[in-house]
This record gives sequence, C-alpha cells and structure tokens, in this order.
Amino acid sequence: MNALHLPLWAEGLVAALLIIGAAFVLIGSWALVKFSHFFNRLHGPSKASTLGVGCVLLAAALVSFWQGQASGRELLILLFLFITAPVSAHVLVKAALRLRPDERPQPPGPESNR
Amino acid sequence: MKLLPVLLPWILLVLAVAMALAGWRLLRGPTLPDRILALDALYIDALALLVVLGLYSSSGVHFELMLLIGLLGFIGTVALGKMLMRGDLVE
Repeated sequence: MNALHLPLWAEGLVAALLIIGAAFVLIGSWALVKFSHFFNRLHGPSKASTLGVGCVLLAAALVSFWQGQASGRELLILLFLFITAPVSAHVLVKAALRLRPDERPQPPGPESNR
Repeated sequence: MKLLPVLLPWILLVLAVAMALAGWRLLRGPTLPDRILALDALYIDALALLVVLGLYSSSGVHFELMLLIGLLGFIGTVALGKMLMRGDLVE
C-alpha cells in the first residue's frame, strides 16, 4: 500500500474520485447488458466507461502528485483514451451500418419536431 | 486515516463485476459489432482495474502496461471494425 501518507482531505478526494469512476464504469457495462439494440448499447462503454476510467486515472495522478512523484503520465494516458474512444465508437457505428443498412434510423425531418 | 486500504478492494470488486457484465455481452452477441463493443469495454475496464491495482499494491502504477493495453485495445477495435466494414484489412 503506497498511498498511506496522504493528508485526510486528499485521501477523501481520491476516494471520492475512485468511487465515482467505479460507479461510471459499472453503469457503462450495465448499459451494455441492459439495452436492446446495438446503437443503444454503444452509448454505455463509449461515454460512461470512458468517463469512469478518466476519474480513476485522475485519482492515480493525484496520489502520485502528493507523493512527490508527479510526472503527468496518467494524464497523458487519460488524454489518449479521451481521444481514441470517440474514434473507435465511430468505426463501430460505421461497421454496424455497413452490416445492416436497414437499421439506420430515419433522419429528422421538418415534421418530426411536432 | 486508513480510508483507502478499506476502499480499494471494493473498487476492485466493482470493476470486476463490470468486466463480467462486458464478458457476458461478449459471449451473448448477438451481432458481431456487439462483440467488438464488448471487447472495447473490456479493455477500458481492464485499464481501470490495472490503475486501482497499482494504487493497492506496493509496486506502484504500471505505466508501460497501461499504455500497452490502451494502444493495443484501440488498434484492435479499429482493425476489427475496418475488417467488418471492408471484409479485408489491407486493400
């Protein structure tokens, strides 16, 4: 255990970030099981899980900052994840539309707002 | 204050449950993009699990492993998606 020498408020902040991050990761995976169609299921891992991993990485960055070993490597990995998650979601949507073109939703017309 | 040593095993448990849910979707399907999406969620969850494990153990956070999992997961997801789109990887 290498996070022992934190002040109390820092430990509380890290614990809150870890709890929020784990909750978001769990909600994203639950959405993957719960939703009914592929385009609904895509929302869970590509948004909620990415935010959860971001919170966990931020907590690790705070721990290494208070231990005097701040290097920004966690933040670089966080930046890489936040850049690549939309790209992989876009590729998956294009692959799913290519496999089943009949499942493409109708584009919103002028009468769909009423 | 010993808040984190009590909390971290529960965080590990929650992340393991999330990985099990993604693994259920990976086995269940029903379509190929669903399975690739489950693999995508699995590598993201594995990254979070590795970070928490690095906080929990005394060996520190493994940056090289995290970078490797992130890079290979992204490249694998994009390669499998392109494979479904084109039917071929290199044209």
